[in-house]
Order: sequence, then C-alpha cells, then structure tokens
Amino acid sequence: MRVTKQTSGGVLEGDLTPMIDMTFQLIAFFMVLINFTQSEQHEKIQLPDSELAKPPEGPVEFPITIHLTTEGNAIIGGNEIPIAALNPFLVKERQVLMSQNKLSKDATIVIRAHKEAQTGRVQELIQKCQDNTFEKFALRAKEDVGNNP
Amino acid sequence: MKVRNQNEEGEKIELQMTPMIDIVFQLLVFFIMTFKIVSQEGDFNIKMPLVAPAAGTPDDLQLPPMQVRLRAGTSGQLAAVTLNDKTFAIPGWEEALRLDIIGVIGDERGPGSIQETAEVELDCDYGLRYEHVIQAISAVSGYRDDAGNIVKLVEKVKFAPPRQAGE
Repeated sequence: MRVTKQTSGGVLEGDLTPMIDMTFQLIAFFMVLINFTQSEQHEKIQLPDSELAKPPEGPVEFPITIHLTTEGNAIIGGNEIPIAALNPFLVKERQVLMSQNKLSKDATIVIRAHKEAQTGRVQELIQKCQDNTFEKFALRAKEDVGNNP
Repeated sequence: MKVRNQNEEGEKIELQMTPMIDIVFQLLVFFIMTFKIVSQEGDFNIKMPLVAPAAGTPDDLQLPPMQVRLRAGTSGQLAAVTLNDKTFAIPGWEEALRLDIIGVIGDERGPGSIQETAEVELDCDYGLRYEHVIQAISAVSGYRDDAGNIVKLVEKVKFAPPRQAGE
C-alpha cells in the first residue's frame, strides 16, 4: 500500500472533538446506569421468575437479607452456614434493632432462595426466624421478562 | 470577559489532550467492565406470626383460608396441585388455579371486599422445588391484564406447618 507523505512541511492534526464528545457521552451513560445495590445479591443464588415481581415502591424498613442455596445452607452477612447455626446471627440482628429502639417484628426478613432449593428448607429458615420472634417475611423473585407463556 | 487564545507573539497555544484522553478512556473501560445488566427483583410479602391470633368474634365476611396443596415428584418437580379438594392438570395449572381464585373472590375490590380478607394457605411437600412455590404464589396473588397492569387477587398468603422430608 502506498503511503502518501506530507506535501507541505506542517503537522497534520486530527480533529479530536467528535471522539471526545462520544466518549464523554458513553461515560455519562455508564455512570447513570451503574448501581451499587449488588451487595444484596449472591452469585450462588438464582432466583425464581415471576411476572408479578416488581420492585417495591418504597424501601423496605429494616431488611435482613438471607440467601438460601440449593444445598440448603443459609448465607447471611457473607457467611455460609447451616440453617441450624443461624441463631447467633439472628440474635445479633435483634440486638442491632434494639439499639435503634425497634423490635424484631419491625424488621423484614428478605429470603433470597435459589429456585431449585427445597421448599422444606425455606420453611425451616422461616421457622428459625420465627423462633427469634421475626414475623415479617418477603420472598424475593426475579421479574419474568415474558418469555414464558 | 476577554479570553486569550494566543500569546503575545501571536502563536497558538495548544492544549495537551493526551493525558485527558488517557483518563477518559480508563474511566470508560472501568464502567464497561463493571457494567452488569441486572433484572428487576420483587418481593412477595408473607406474614407468619409465631402465635396464632386470639380467637374473637368470627367475622361473617372472613373466608376460611383456601388450601393450596403442592405435591412433589421424586426429583422435586411438581406432581399434583389441588385447591381445597379440586385437582388441576399439571400443564396449565397456574391459569386454572388463578381462574378458580377469581371465581371465589369475585370482581369486587376495596375495603370490606372478599378480596381484601381472602387468605391462601400453601401446603407444600418438603422436597418441592422452591420455584413452584413462587409460581403458586404468583397465580393466587394476581395477574397482568392486557395493558400490562397488575390486577391483585389474594394478598394474604401463608404457609401451612412444614412437612417432614419423605412425608
């Protein structure tokens, strides 16, 4: 391929303005879309789908998120433990609530169970929380985008 | 305000674009690498007080809880669904269950309506896959109309006492 050399002695400068415009727009796009709410999620958990699953209109007051794996282990605060060993963690959550002059019935236990987990395990988890006087539960599901009939 | 873009000798001042472009591209790469499409999540609220409410004067409008029984097959798949004593065929059971629920609670909505007080109790086998429970809760909780709006049905959902494994 033949490369034409500069005919005049001056330096040729490319116009960078469109590239910078586009790059800044891309950055703005990603900055707006980035979310930091992934702390509630866990890579081992695949939620079941539901066409009615919509984000709540307001934030849940005092949510306590517990994941449940297919093996039937609970994940709370990054610790994967058997359901039977949940008591110390739930007691700690109760103490946090008490320090804020709240009762355990004011908190909502958000259960993020894997879609292939056994229902009996979910009920065991609920029962364990009930033993620690928690009453309100929220079963989390993923929004079904409508591929299923 | 007078903006000078030439120095005293009349020469053009050139901005150094290279560092800015370096940083901008680093930012862009960071956002692209951390970008993750996350589907929306929602909650189904269930209230499970440990102690049953004290017995009082029974409300005439209060229906007894509708019992939805979900039986599991050997590998946890859904094997049978019944509402009270009515059994549904597995293909299309969600729609059939939803229609039966609509038949019970009717079209009336608002305070004092049957829809407001109706309650469903889920009785599930131990080994049943959790996704079928969410399907059942979705079927009794509502549906989307043609416009995509959610029509609410039963809002009070609870679990029956858990069954033992192999029961």
